Amino acid sequence: MSSVSRPTGAGYARAPASGSPLPALPWLPKISTSKPTMRHVISLLLENEAGALSRVSGLFSARGYNIESLTVAATEDPSMSRMTIISIGSDDVIEQITKQLNKLVDVVKVVDVSEAAHIERELMLIKVRATGKDREEVKRTADIFRGHIVDVTESTYIVELTGDPTKLDAFIGAIDRTLILETVRTGVCGIGRGDRILRA
Amino acid sequence: MVLTGAEIVVRCLQEEKVEYVFGYPGGAVLFIYDELFKQDKVRHVLVRHEQAAVHAADAVARCTDKVGVALVTSGPGLTNAVTGIATAYMDSIPIVIISGQVPTAAIGLDAFQEVDTVGITRPCVKHNFLVKDAKDIAPTIKKAFYLAKTGRPGPVLVDIPKDVTAAKCEFSYPQSVSMRSYNPTVKGHQGQIKKALQLLLEAKKPMIYAGGGVVLSDSSERLIRIARMLGFPVTNTLMGLGGYPATDKQSVGMLGMHGTYEANMAMQYCDVLLAVGARFDDRVIGNPAHFAQVARKIIHIDVDPSSISKRVRVDVPIVGNLPEVMDDLIRLLEATTERPDREALDTWWKQIDEWRRRDCLKYKKSDEIIKPQLVIEKLWQVTNGDAFVTSDVGQHQMWAAQYYKFDKPRRWINSGGLGTMGVGIPYAMGVQMAHPGSPVAVVTGEASVQMCIQELSTCKQYRLPIKICNLNNRYLGMVRQWQEFFHGNRYSESYMDSLPDFAKLAEAYGHVGLRVEKPSEVEDALREAFRRKNDLVFLDFQVDQTENVYPMVQGGKGLTEMILAPEDL
Ligand SMILES: Cc1ncc(C[n+]2csc(CCOP(=O)(O)OP(=O)(O)O)c2C)c(N)n1
Repeated sequence: MSSVSRPTGAGYARAPASGSPLPALPWLPKISTSKPTMRHVISLLLENEAGALSRVSGLFSARGYNIESLTVAATEDPSMSRMTIISIGSDDVIEQITKQLNKLVDVVKVVDVSEAAHIERELMLIKVRATGKDREEVKRTADIFRGHIVDVTESTYIVELTGDPTKLDAFIGAIDRTLILETVRTGVCGIGRGDRILRA
Repeated sequence: MVLTGAEIVVRCLQEEKVEYVFGYPGGAVLFIYDELFKQDKVRHVLVRHEQAAVHAADAVARCTDKVGVALVTSGPGLTNAVTGIATAYMDSIPIVIISGQVPTAAIGLDAFQEVDTVGITRPCVKHNFLVKDAKDIAPTIKKAFYLAKTGRPGPVLVDIPKDVTAAKCEFSYPQSVSMRSYNPTVKGHQGQIKKALQLLLEAKKPMIYAGGGVVLSDSSERLIRIARMLGFPVTNTLMGLGGYPATDKQSVGMLGMHGTYEANMAMQYCDVLLAVGARFDDRVIGNPAHFAQVARKIIHIDVDPSSISKRVRVDVPIVGNLPEVMDDLIRLLEATTERPDREALDTWWKQIDEWRRRDCLKYKKSDEIIKPQLVIEKLWQVTNGDAFVTSDVGQHQMWAAQYYKFDKPRRWINSGGLGTMGVGIPYAMGVQMAHPGSPVAVVTGEASVQMCIQELSTCKQYRLPIKICNLNNRYLGMVRQWQEFFHGNRYSESYMDSLPDFAKLAEAYGHVGLRVEKPSEVEDALREAFRRKNDLVFLDFQVDQTENVYPMVQGGKGLTEMILAPEDL
């Protein structure tokens, strides 16, 4: 390896503070960017086309946005899908997410339904061991949470439960952890209340 | 009229009035090539590497107001094109790429030369399509051109399986496009434009910061008009050079990492900033936290809402097409006799002139060794500042941007966003094709130029008399500069050993090659090159190996924390 000879030294001139009639700016260490983050429910209408889903999920991974859950299915108009994304971020980040989603050519509309009154629902199927005294206990808890037992064997139940995600979490918390054999959740879908309507 | 898919592809290109398609054939596009062969409206340019095809198409779009077109085969043809596509994407350049794909029935079976084209290119295109039915070809290509050109422009890819190009169907080219999911904003919000006007009129230390959007939307004249009416200083980004005439007295030059002292100082200390078609990227404003230390009102006009308030909070966002929004602003300015405070402006200009007196682009002259800056200065003189200049990426790019004073838009063609070494020659090919007879210069370095050197062969085939100015410092100069500044002079792998004799290499391709060693020979060599109207001339300038680009704002630092030239000490 060879090297070039240079006028050695550290001393390259910096923009002098004194020569300038304006005050020099202090060099500031990187300001912490940790702004308060909030959970948002983003609803979008998009063309029901091959690849549309990967455009959305690709956007989130490429730009480092957070996805808590994502659900998607066709609407009453089969050419259009409706997606609900739960994301956590500062206001700035959520603003960027909405703008970037809007920029996707397949996306027809985007709203943050959590900006106002809205409803969230998620479905969970949970398979639990149901033997002995636990059998009665699980049934009772399911009743309290307005769940349905949709499959029964000698030793297991499958409980179907709908609600907002905190309710599902609460159910999981309410039953003995060691009884849980499997859980499957759909992720949240959301909709604005009353006159707030998301249409193409 | 019933046509094959391949015929339809070519007919669509004809309908779009495409003059040149840059491409490279292969199995999956053979039917399309067969149709190209049978007609002479669309001219195909056979490059030597698909990357160059996309760069050349990209250059056509940069130097005209047309959409550039590239055609590549499946698999390796497409993967070779990806660098070109990403380059165009980062600079918002409208191009359409047509790629062949394996037959529909073979997709997903790891067929020969199969890649997931739509998947690979998704993050670096504005949009892409896989066409599965011949009847969709025409509407899809129509959409592709429309998407590429409207809103924030960008590359659009259309992937067509081989069997689809062979299938037959009825052809008619759609007259218009309507997409419920795509309606870019054209008109700006009138209330916001009024607010902007008010801020501009109240400004005491104003600044106009104009980006590549001004060039791409052909809004230069509007920008000049606004700047004149207000009497404000104007700075251009690397992508915006030529958008405002560099030799105009209101121009303070380029800003950013290698911007002028006056541009960066004025950018930092202004009280009202009008940003047009720019995106406050990291190479432009340095550390955003440092930038935010000075309170200033920011007006931001851009066609892409996601560019607004992305890195810097904006006070008056205006989303819309630049021409429309700027026309509205001009109308408001014409309708009022109110003008900014003259006295305050005079004081501000005095301050700017003081910054200008630092003469930050001054460099140490030499009689013995060619200073790279000198080559650009001479190039500017010899071409009367009126050439198309393409560049590669590195120190030479920055010197070209700093010392060639672009007075017209679409004359400066470089890879700003992605910083792709190798674009220089292919860009010049596209420019020369679009502007036959105009002087086209490539400013390059011995490393960059080797990344697409094979295109010298294409230049021979199509008689493209471009002038290549190789600033040969035998280093990956920009890398070496960073190593010198920030890595204790440890020049790790930045030395270029075993370089070819470029003059001879050019000759081997059938061109003229000249090696230039002395400062006194620079001007003559350039004159000789441009005198040879029909020859490609490769000028291999042996330049100072130790020269650095100044001023420089180190990554993470504030805009005003510039490293200036050593002689300023
Ligand atoms: C494809 C690619 N690889 C690597 C880089 C990183 N890079 C930026 S500038 C540079 C050196 C360029 O050297 P040269 O073309 O000789 O120009 P100089 O800086 O010496 O003028 C390198 C390696 C890049 N920009 N592009």
